[in-house]
Amino acid sequence: MSNAENGLLKFITCGSVDDGKSTLIGHILYDSKLLYTDQEQALVLDSQVGSRGGKIDYSLLLDGLMAEREQGITIDVAYRYFTTDRRSFIVADTPGHEEYTRNMAVGASFADLAVILVDASQGVLVQTRRHARICALMGIRYFVFAVNKMDLIGYDEKRFLEISGEIGKLRAELGLENAVIIPVSATEGDNVTQHSGKMAWYRGETLLEHLETVDISGGAPESGFYMPVQRVCRPDHSFRGFQGQIETGKVAVGDLLTALPSGEAALVKSIHIADKQSENAALGQSVTIQLDREVDVSRGCVLARNAELKTAKSFSATLLWMDDQKLVPGKDYWIKLGTKLLPAIVTGIRHKVDVNSGALLSASSVTKNEIVRCEIVLSEPAVLDEFRLHKTLGELILIDRVTHATAACGVIEAAGDGKRDGVFLRDGSDKLKINLFDHFYYHADVHTVLRHSPSPVTYAKGDALPLQSGAFEYPADFDLASDFGFANIRGGVFAGFGPRECRYPLLDANGIELETNPPRDFGKYRRVMVWEKDYEI
Amino acid sequence: MPLTHLDKLEAEAIYIFREVAAECERPVMLYSIGKDSSVMLHLALKAFYPEKPPFPFLHIDTSWKFHEMIEFRDRRAKELGINMLVHRNEAAIAQGINPFDHGAAYTDIMKTQALRDALTQYQFTAAFGGGRRDEEKSRAKERIFSFRNEHHAWDPKNQRPEMWKLYNTRINKGESMRVFPISNWTEKDIWQYIRRENIEIVPLYFAAERPVVYRDGNIIMVDDDRMRLFPGEKPQMKKVRFRTLGCYPLTGGVESEADTLDAVIAETLAAVTSERTSRVIDNEEAGSMERRKREGYF
Repeated sequence: MSNAENGLLKFITCGSVDDGKSTLIGHILYDSKLLYTDQEQALVLDSQVGSRGGKIDYSLLLDGLMAEREQGITIDVAYRYFTTDRRSFIVADTPGHEEYTRNMAVGASFADLAVILVDASQGVLVQTRRHARICALMGIRYFVFAVNKMDLIGYDEKRFLEISGEIGKLRAELGLENAVIIPVSATEGDNVTQHSGKMAWYRGETLLEHLETVDISGGAPESGFYMPVQRVCRPDHSFRGFQGQIETGKVAVGDLLTALPSGEAALVKSIHIADKQSENAALGQSVTIQLDREVDVSRGCVLARNAELKTAKSFSATLLWMDDQKLVPGKDYWIKLGTKLLPAIVTGIRHKVDVNSGALLSASSVTKNEIVRCEIVLSEPAVLDEFRLHKTLGELILIDRVTHATAACGVIEAAGDGKRDGVFLRDGSDKLKINLFDHFYYHADVHTVLRHSPSPVTYAKGDALPLQSGAFEYPADFDLASDFGFANIRGGVFAGFGPRECRYPLLDANGIELETNPPRDFGKYRRVMVWEKDYEI
Repeated sequence: MPLTHLDKLEAEAIYIFREVAAECERPVMLYSIGKDSSVMLHLALKAFYPEKPPFPFLHIDTSWKFHEMIEFRDRRAKELGINMLVHRNEAAIAQGINPFDHGAAYTDIMKTQALRDALTQYQFTAAFGGGRRDEEKSRAKERIFSFRNEHHAWDPKNQRPEMWKLYNTRINKGESMRVFPISNWTEKDIWQYIRRENIEIVPLYFAAERPVVYRDGNIIMVDDDRMRLFPGEKPQMKKVRFRTLGCYPLTGGVESEADTLDAVIAETLAAVTSERTSRVIDNEEAGSMERRKREGYF
């Protein structure tokens, strides 16, 4: 079959309001003769009462909700399915209004490629940058910037090059490796499916040509094999199979798998792909796996081999906040990670990301459509990984436990031993992670003491340490216990790892004094403060 | 070997079936007897193998379905040993509500209301449906896990975000989910999958000589003597088939010679009108499907 040649491409269109996203897709469908005649008749009829003075309004093909037609805007993501001679496509047309950013993110989580529209008469806007940033955050690796409405600027190459320069800066800032820029007019059809006679200076592909031929299979595959367990299939006492979808790698009968988080190992006894028995199975297949011995596996566990997944109780993540209610640190949320649903709290907000500039902003509250970096603690250790290493186990959503709204989505940035950010003392090749400078706040709203970590920093031998603040007051001389001997703090300076000197106090990396009898005094060197900032429930 | 497009769609649907079975308290699968339902049933059997699907099936019977559909439903349920619940709005049937006199209200009473009543009566918390996003513009906007409030209503302006495949199935008492495992399939995918998997479908999909009348541009089959004929209308035998199945007085057929699966597929893929034009209710007004869904239609 010819259209299978280049495989399925799932893509989204995004960009600011009125950049012409729906019109662009409508035009591709229309030009490619992908409409049924009744849809085409309905389009011509609908357009007669529309804003294009009787000319065809291609956006009406996609804006399907009554409220969207009334207001002439896109509110929620629409999925369209089409096939050309060269490829099958699913396109998610997403809303441009800031208010509906979360619906745009829904589309982005689904896509392999993003077509980001830029209005040639306006250039790169805040919303353009926001969308590109969210696409990158959600893991999209292929980008097309379609500079639209070239007809409105007289198909001017100079202006196109200026905008390309702006896009180039954005691309560098976000580290987008695979991106092309195409000048188009969605209403007139220039460079959409046909090369434009009005832009002879442009010698690249048309948008559709690019979409039909772009190779999205690049990049290194994720390591090992893993399958999050969805359910245990037990039709009778002789069969106990673990059902799930393989997220990477392959598995064969006889392979040694590890059940996580228990760590028990067992051999694969049988594999079913759907209802058919098989000797092996691979990435993408929904399977049922039987093991040769009893192991502790239930929903939320993961079967793995050589994947080096992590089992952790805390991690740092970047979240897109999506709920009307603000993020409340310390409040119990449900978190869904793979097939595991468990309670979690956000313990600390490290910073917000300015969607426009990418600058890191200090954050005292987080509202809808904001991107934030934070620390999350789970009620029990769960199997997870960094998003860049194993995508499926690095994705998460937070669910409000009262309203059940999907409050946020996010990706895991650092977890387990690989968690490299934090505050460190370094002496030569030895590095000790310390939590001495964390702030502890009592949050009256949730009756909980929460920890806020400072920005990551490493202090080398000889550096002065910030031992005094409103939140803590350490002596100028003390030792810290570590695996490399003792970190010596002398005269407020990190003097390197050395021997213990008994006349000075001995602390652990959390600032708690050792060599004293329990109960230990948390407040000896540090204070719990009352949270006064404007978090709201 | 990389998975084919159909393999990927199948794996995705099975993943969704399993998520619902694992997380939702009382699931049910809506079974309409049409080809999409045949595909859904096939996928449900595969998803849980060697177990039987761990939920019942529910058919909302308006009492005006084609006779061949009802025979097919009962035979398949028996052969497969699955639990097939049938729910009818008996009060409305006794009142004589029918598709000839009661127009749009008929669909509302016999389908929407009957479905709401059945879901409430059995207290199902999640119902699988065979809706596809390529069918209609409001469906193209719907999530795979689609939240319904305590009145079974859909709020299209405030849908839950659905990220990656992390489905949020949490609900409060009285609320429910509609779940569409074949959202991303097109009509072409459905037919190709039916052929690949050799899935049995109701014979009405294949062309055969049937008694029909031509009315308002539609070809309506005279399936029993309840069919009301207008003055001058006379049933005539024509070789027709149906692209969608529903209540026989509301379902338009097409003249066709396609009496094998390959012939039907060839005709379908060359079609110039979309599938739903043969379903009479959708032509009423722009947004009619969205309105029905907001009121609790599937």
